[in-house]
Order: sequence, then structure tokens, then C-alpha cells
Amino acid sequence: MAGPVAGKGSAAGADYRGIVGPLLLPTWVVIGIFLVIPVGLMATYSFLTKEFRGGVIWDFTLAAYDQFFLNRGLFGDEPPSIEWTYLGIFWRSIWQAGVATLICLIVGFPTAWFIATRPERTRPIWLFLITIPYWVNLLIRTVSLKFLIRENGPLNEALMGIGLIDTPLPLVNTNLAVQLGLFYSYLPFMVLPIYAAVERYNFALTEAAHDLYASRWVTLREIVIPAVKPGIVAGCILVFVPSLGAFLAPDLLGGAKTFMIGSLIDEQFKGSQGNWPFGAAAAMILMTLVMLVLILYARAAARSEAR
Amino acid sequence: MKKLILSSTALALLAGAAHAEGKLSVYHWFEYIPQELVDKFTAETGIEVTIDTYDSNEAMLASLKAGKMGQYDVAVPGDYMVEIMAGEGLLDSFAPADLPNFGNIAPQWLDVPFDPGRKSSIPYQWGSTAFSVNRDVYQGDINTLAMIFDPPEELRGKINVLDSQGEVLALASIYMGIPQCNTDREQLKALNDMLINAKQHWASFGSDTAKDVLVSGDAAAGMIYNGFSAKARAEGANVEYAYPKEGFVVWMDNVVLLKDAPNRDNALKFMNFLLDPENAAAVTNYAAYTAGVTGVEPFLDDAIKNSPENNPPADAPAGSFIAVCDEETQKLYDAIWTNLKK
Amino acid sequence: MDLRRYPGFLAVTIACLVILYAPLIVVTIYSFNGSTSITTWGGFSWRWYADVFTGPEAPRFKAAAWNSLTIALIAATTATAIATAAALAMVRGGRFRGKQATFALINLPLMVPEIVIAVATLIFFATIGLTTGYLTIVIAHITFCIPFAYLPIAARMQGIEAHYEQAARDLYATRWQAFRLILLPLMVPGIISGYLLAFIISLDDFIITNFVKGAGMETLPTAIFGSVKQGIKPNIMAISTIMLALSALIVTLSYFINRSGQKARA
Repeated sequence: MAGPVAGKGSAAGADYRGIVGPLLLPTWVVIGIFLVIPVGLMATYSFLTKEFRGGVIWDFTLAAYDQFFLNRGLFGDEPPSIEWTYLGIFWRSIWQAGVATLICLIVGFPTAWFIATRPERTRPIWLFLITIPYWVNLLIRTVSLKFLIRENGPLNEALMGIGLIDTPLPLVNTNLAVQLGLFYSYLPFMVLPIYAAVERYNFALTEAAHDLYASRWVTLREIVIPAVKPGIVAGCILVFVPSLGAFLAPDLLGGAKTFMIGSLIDEQFKGSQGNWPFGAAAAMILMTLVMLVLILYARAAARSEAR
Repeated sequence: MKKLILSSTALALLAGAAHAEGKLSVYHWFEYIPQELVDKFTAETGIEVTIDTYDSNEAMLASLKAGKMGQYDVAVPGDYMVEIMAGEGLLDSFAPADLPNFGNIAPQWLDVPFDPGRKSSIPYQWGSTAFSVNRDVYQGDINTLAMIFDPPEELRGKINVLDSQGEVLALASIYMGIPQCNTDREQLKALNDMLINAKQHWASFGSDTAKDVLVSGDAAAGMIYNGFSAKARAEGANVEYAYPKEGFVVWMDNVVLLKDAPNRDNALKFMNFLLDPENAAAVTNYAAYTAGVTGVEPFLDDAIKNSPENNPPADAPAGSFIAVCDEETQKLYDAIWTNLKK
Repeated sequence: MDLRRYPGFLAVTIACLVILYAPLIVVTIYSFNGSTSITTWGGFSWRWYADVFTGPEAPRFKAAAWNSLTIALIAATTATAIATAAALAMVRGGRFRGKQATFALINLPLMVPEIVIAVATLIFFATIGLTTGYLTIVIAHITFCIPFAYLPIAARMQGIEAHYEQAARDLYATRWQAFRLILLPLMVPGIISGYLLAFIISLDDFIITNFVKGAGMETLPTAIFGSVKQGIKPNIMAISTIMLALSALIVTLSYFINRSGQKARA
């Protein structure tokens, strides 16, 4: 099955093959001018000398990357060893974002499926129901979520009220709270793409499987999920990548006791450290990582399609 | 075609931003000046005020350095940021004679370390940064920074500290009795170890949430600004603001005249307006901090005038501003902070 | 037996909605709080609604809400149009040179941390002499909305077999007619999904907007984040509740318009 990158190399494409250029022109122009140029500038900055308190001096250096990968001690005069601080921060962020994506998928897939199997007239209403909460600012939503899961908040009181637990669950300032917050921040970004794919799913396939005595769950695993994979992949990208750089949920719900990728980079531009080249370098490393994964995925998708 | 529209709109925008008579462009914190006061200024002078807002001193510095210089006439940075901005060449200066109300500046705020002689800034509001303790949780003596850095059993695991390098490291240095912007290796190592050891007792880092965690009870003690603590108390939290015996941090926000200000004269009128005791008091009544202007007392609300947060006990030590270090020294403090939060 | 049904999926959907809306109940309740706190209850009061509509900050909040909504509309609409064209080329355009690079390009806004886009874009605007204001916010929003619109649209398009259009072309429909009458209606769920995601991502953006906005320009997120410095007050909760009510109103209206439209056709 094709990934989002791979087109169908069949005659299907013939109709738009001749006008690929004009169709892509707006994308190239908008992202090319207003993102590639600025990001290219940042890539350059990552190789420049930091200006004290923000800004850069046009002297080329690898200092930012050196700081990221090599540990020279608190005073900078010890023999260099591998710097685990930033790698650790990256790993922690990837882990948190991964768990959040998984939760989103587990909750988002059934929801998307349920919406896609409603009568056609009511489907848009369900979609709106999923997105209405996002008219409230993320900050306010996160603060309210924190209110709910507080030690003496409504959730714990309800759980104790029905006798499920005896002592309040300490949720705030834990990793679980961060994952919950990320899940809550990005849920629609999983539901909507999957919905768009499932809505198009041909239920004759399910019937055929059923006639061949496949159980519901086998059908789901063997027939449905491969068929709607582009939607699932799109949803995972849209949840995972923004989660990596998120810092509101980690800060408010996790207690900000440790840096995440987002807060680390933010601190380089907005914090008292004002180290633009290092912030730019960390961003470039993050970008390279994500880009690598996406391109590997696109390659694999193209190969499986060619087969 | 698209490009043509784009550039002509850009031209129109540029023209619009050009200094028209009777305008003033202020770069300010959000909700830090009562709208009534801005309206009063407009009514008195006919000058139309546009306000743009930022959410931290550093964000303001970053966006000015990234290209917003020349768009604003005045900004409202904190003490250390005035010094930094002056060092970066972002500030214009004025003569005391430019401001008829210059003499209203309280004498102790006239010759401040971050702008000696007040060449490009005037006081806006000032206050202190220390911490507050929930008195339902802990009843003992709280006037020591050990409450945060070596907390008693009752407070452990229930402490919020500000998510701000400058304030945390300054208070930690004060607690250990070592100077700020220190280069002594042994003392810095000790500072680093003390902080890492203290962190295990902390529940969270948070500046914007400093008040809410005290009110909600999520934290039993927390580093906080004095006016913020007063608000927590007003919202029903049984918290007491401490003036620790080791010392505490004093901060002051200032109105500065920016370089390349498009409406320099109006900016001076605005600064002069803010030095009027009645107007300064209006800001204080709104923000619950303290004005740096003499003669405000008759205009202050009683609740503000008599609040324990704004009136340190007679035996309280003097506070100190956060020091601005040179580049090499700052590097060491950056490393300690990153080490603390890794 | 309905093969579309999976046991438990309804329960998950309901749980999902409960999780989504539970925090909003808190928001709504505390918008009626009589005290200035968002964590302790001080009795029922309309004061914050009065504050939002007639208070000294009322014109600013009104302008901020208006800016946010119009920017989100313009950005989401433009980004969706650009993304739809891009999806046509990527999914139906066969193989062409630079396809993977284009895919990377489309997703670039997702991959660069927001603060980096924010600072870099501001430097860029300043370099080319574009004064920050409404226009710069719109440009920046269109740019980062594109992948959010593109991914659902492309995912949808891959599920659509080409033989419908081919049949139309065999019956002498032009390429444009085949697109408009056959492919576009089939793509609608993907386009709606992409549009909604682009809309909410624009409506919610703070970091980038905060850098590329100019004097006197405020959007709701920048106003809300700015007010945090003095502590969030229930007036922010009141504004949020009004936004919720507004979106619910739009949904209800569109539902009834949709229904009466269908009745008229029937």
C-alpha cells in the first residue's frame, strides 16, 4: 500500500502527470520563500559564533555542535567525553512523544472508525465535535486538565468516591501527566486523517473476509488496517512530530523539572542564555532526525509499492 | 502579480508605520498598565497609543534584536535587562530637563546600578522575589532561604521554584552567602551540588503558575514575587510571604526610551506622564507592586498600602538586584542551570 | 450482523469525547466564578462576561478575537487550496524528479521547532523590509498550516481509485470537469479534515505569532499568554467559553442549513 509520498505509478496518474509543475508551484513558492530561506539562515547560524545575549557573529565555528556532542566539564577545561545531557533530553522527548502517539492511535482509531460508519449526513457533526474543544487555547485547556487531575481535584475525588482508590493518585508532575497532556493536545490530528482514510474504505472487502470465516479482529488486522494505513501514518506524523517540540504540556503538567527538546531550544532564544547558534544546532539535529525517519519511510513505501 | 500585490501591501504597511504626528508605540507586558490610564494620557495629550505586548524580558530582547527595532518608542524591561539593552546599544538617552517630573523619582531609585543617573530609563514598578509558605502546612519560622534549599520535612516534595535561571541562581547564591557573578571554582561547584541536592525536594519549576500552585494547594511553598503572593493571599490561600534573613532579590521594571524611536517627543511625554504620582499610583493599584515615585501615598488603595508583602519587617535585610555577569562568567552559570535541569 | 461494528469502539468514542470535553466543563464553570481565582470557587457571577464585553480591555479582546478568527479563516483556506493542488500532483502525478524533496518540503514546517521558525521568519521579514503586522502573521500561518492540510487530503486521495475519473474522461469530460464532478466530491472528507486541522492550528498558534506580529496587533493566544504574567483570571475563561459557544453555534447552524438543503433537494 502506498505511503503519503508515493503516487500510484499506474495509468491513474496520467491525468495530472502533465501539470505536476503548476500544481506544485504554490507549495514551492510559499514554503520555499517563507520557510526554506529562513531555515537555511538558521542552518547557517548553527555554524556561527554566538553573540553574547542573543544574535550571532559572522565567524564560522563548530562550537554549537561541539557543545551538543562533547562534554568538557563544568568549567570547559576537562578532556572531552561524550555529552549525554542533550542526547538524554532528546531521548526523553522521543519517548514521551512516542507514548503519546501510541495513546492517540489506540483512542483515535476506534473513534475515527466509529465516525466514518455513521450516516453520511451526521459525519461532519462528529468531526466538529472532535475539533470544537480546540477553539479554546491550548494553554487554557492544559491548565484546566491540570485542575482536573490534581491531587485533590475532581478526578481523584470521583475515583475515591466510587471506592476505586483509597489515596489520591499523584498524577501532576509525572511523566504520565505529560503523556496525557500531549495526547490531549494532539488527538484530532490522529482522528481526522484516519477518518478521511476509513471513510473511503470498501466494506465489500470486510464482507468477503467474513465469508471466508475471518473473525472481526482478524479482518481488522489483515484487511482494514493495511487498507487505511496512509491515514494512520499521516495521523502518527501529525501527532509525533509536534509532540517532540511541545513544551506547554511538559512544563505545566510535568513540572518542568527537566528540559525537553522544545524547552531546551526555546531557552536558547528566549532564556537568559541567549545562545542562538546552539538553539539552531539543536533544531537542525532534530530536523535531520525527523527528516531521516520520514525519508526512510517514504523509500520503504515506494519499494513495497513497486513490488 | 501575487508578488506585486505583496510588495505594494508591504509599502502601505511601511508607510502606515511611519511616524505620524500624535502617535506613540509602546512595547509592554500584557495587562501591566490599566487601560483607563492609557485613555487618560490620550485625553490629555491627543496622542494615540498603540501597545504591543511580550511575555518575558528575554523574548522582548530576542524580537528587538531579530528586527523589531525602530517600531517602538518605549519598552518596559526589568532592571538587569536595562543594563543588557544599554550594552547592546538599544537605548536612547534623555536629559533630566526633558522630563519636568524627573524630580519625582524616589531618591533611592535615582542612581541605580543598572542605569546610573537614570540616563535612559525611569522607574515603573518594583518589588521583591523571595518565597511564600502555606501556614496550614508549616508553622515554624520561615524567614530563611533554607525553606527552599534545605526544606523541613513538612515541605519536602511540595515546593515550586521559579522557572527562571536568574532568580533561582541569585537566591541560591544569597543562601550560600557567595557573591553573584562569581568565578571561584570551589564555590561554584558547591553551588552546583547544593542545587542538585535541593532539587530532589522540589515538585515543579514554574513562573507563570507560581501563584496558582499555591492557591490550589499543589505546592505548600513556592518562590514568588511579592505582588503575586499578595494575590494568592487575596484568593484565599493561607500563605505568608517571607523576607529571609540571608537576603532576597529585588527587581524593578523601568520605562526605557528606545533607540530609533519613531516618536521620541511623544515617548518623553509618556514617560513624564508616568512620573506623575497620581498616575504612578494608578499602576500600583492595578499591579499590586510598588511605584518608584515619591508622593504616591495619597492615591493608593489601603489594601495595597498596608499589605504585608509590600512592607518588609523592620529587621529584614536589604535585597539585592540580579547582577549582570560578563560573558565568561555567565557561561559558568548557564552550565550550572543546564546541569540542574538536564 | 453489521460487519462495520466493532464491540468497544462506541465506548472508546464516548470516552474520547468525555476526555476532550471534561476540561472545558472546568473552563465554563470557572468563567462564572465570582472571585479572581481560577482554582477556588467564589460564588456565581456574570462579572467576567461583563468585563469581557464592557471592561477597559474589551476593545482589545474584541480586536484580538476578530484577528484570530479572520487570520485562521484566510490561512486555513489558502493552505487547504495549496495542499489540495500539491496532493493532486503527489498522489496522481506519477513519478517525477524531486518528488521526495517536495515531500520533505511540504512537511518541513512540521519538523522545524516553532521557536526556530519564529526567530528565523522575523529575521527574514526584517531583512526584506516587511514591517510586521497582520500580513506577516497571515503569511507565516499559511506556511505552517500546509502540512496539516496536506496529510489528511493526501491520505484520502490514495484511497480513491482512478477508474471513476477514467470513465468520465472516456465519456469526453475535460480534465477540469472530471476533477470537479468526480474527484473533488470524493475528496471532500479529506478536505474537511485538512481544513479543520489547519484552522485550529492557526487559531491556537502563539509562539510564531508572538514574533511576527507588530505594534497594536494582538491575537487571542498572544493576549492569553501575555495575561499569564499577572495570573490567569476568569475573564480568560469567559472568553474561552464564548469561543466555545460561537463554534457550537456555527456547527448547529451548518447542520440545519445542510439539512434544509437536503430536504429541498428531496
